[in-house]
Amino acid sequence: MKSAVVLLPGLNRDRDMIAALTKIGGKPPVTVWQTDTEIPDVDLIVIPGGFSYGDYLRCGAIAARMPVMRAVAEKAAQGVKVMGVCNGFQILLEAGLLPGALMRNASLKFVCREVKLEVANAATAFTSGYQQGQVIRCPVAHHDGNYFADTDTLARIEGNGQVVFRYADGTNPNGSINDIAGIVNDAGNVLGLMPHPENLIEAAHGGSDGRALFESVLGVAA
Amino acid sequence: MIKARVTVTLKNGVLDPQGKAIEGALDALGFNGVGSVRQGKVFDLELDTADKAQAEIEINAMCEKLLANTVIENYQVEII
Repeated sequence: MKSAVVLLPGLNRDRDMIAALTKIGGKPPVTVWQTDTEIPDVDLIVIPGGFSYGDYLRCGAIAARMPVMRAVAEKAAQGVKVMGVCNGFQILLEAGLLPGALMRNASLKFVCREVKLEVANAATAFTSGYQQGQVIRCPVAHHDGNYFADTDTLARIEGNGQVVFRYADGTNPNGSINDIAGIVNDAGNVLGLMPHPENLIEAAHGGSDGRALFESVLGVAA
Repeated sequence: MIKARVTVTLKNGVLDPQGKAIEGALDALGFNGVGSVRQGKVFDLELDTADKAQAEIEINAMCEKLLANTVIENYQVEII
């Protein structure tokens, strides 16, 4: 499986993401820059975390309007899998590829810690390597991860099984509605999540609970 | 040239933890009796046009496309 990583000024988790994709997928992803208007033929496009454009205006707002995001939207419409982690999730929401919004953490504090995640839908291309309801460990590091959607949107995504990850065991770090940590789009090929699975893939990280996500989406056997 | 001011505020029903924190700080400063604080953003724009109606249309489009996130925010356009 071929993958691509989107690069934007201010992202800082790109090297971790490239390392995870390379180690688990067996080959390095191609990288695409914000001004690129075309993305090579790949099976997976990843937008990593960080602080694109210094979080100016709103987290992900400027990045979402860059030319490369039009190319990402076209690929997503064709069914190519797209994953946004942390700032990548914020960018996908701002680009309108996922429903809802991420707001300032309810505590108003930046949180950098480990949380528990419940796999709320194990029947997606991103989570098939987990068991339904499985609780995994995962690190988070963000200031704006407080997921919000209006009542109708929330009912729709809950009803469709679009909530893929939920903070579990009282570890919701940001006040997200319904403990939502990650969602997919209606078609199931675009995932956004606040936690960083790329930072928990091997013993050196202190655990490998994030590994199955990459194995699932890259089609690699565990 | 036309000058305009855009005010972006959170929609009713959307929690505003920053507004809450400001409310608490005002109280701590002795400004008691502040019922509620909601914070937002202000954008001052200058447009190279003399056509007020056209400017308003364009600024509304700017708000929809970038200045506001209409999932959580309302905006108000004022030609100055």
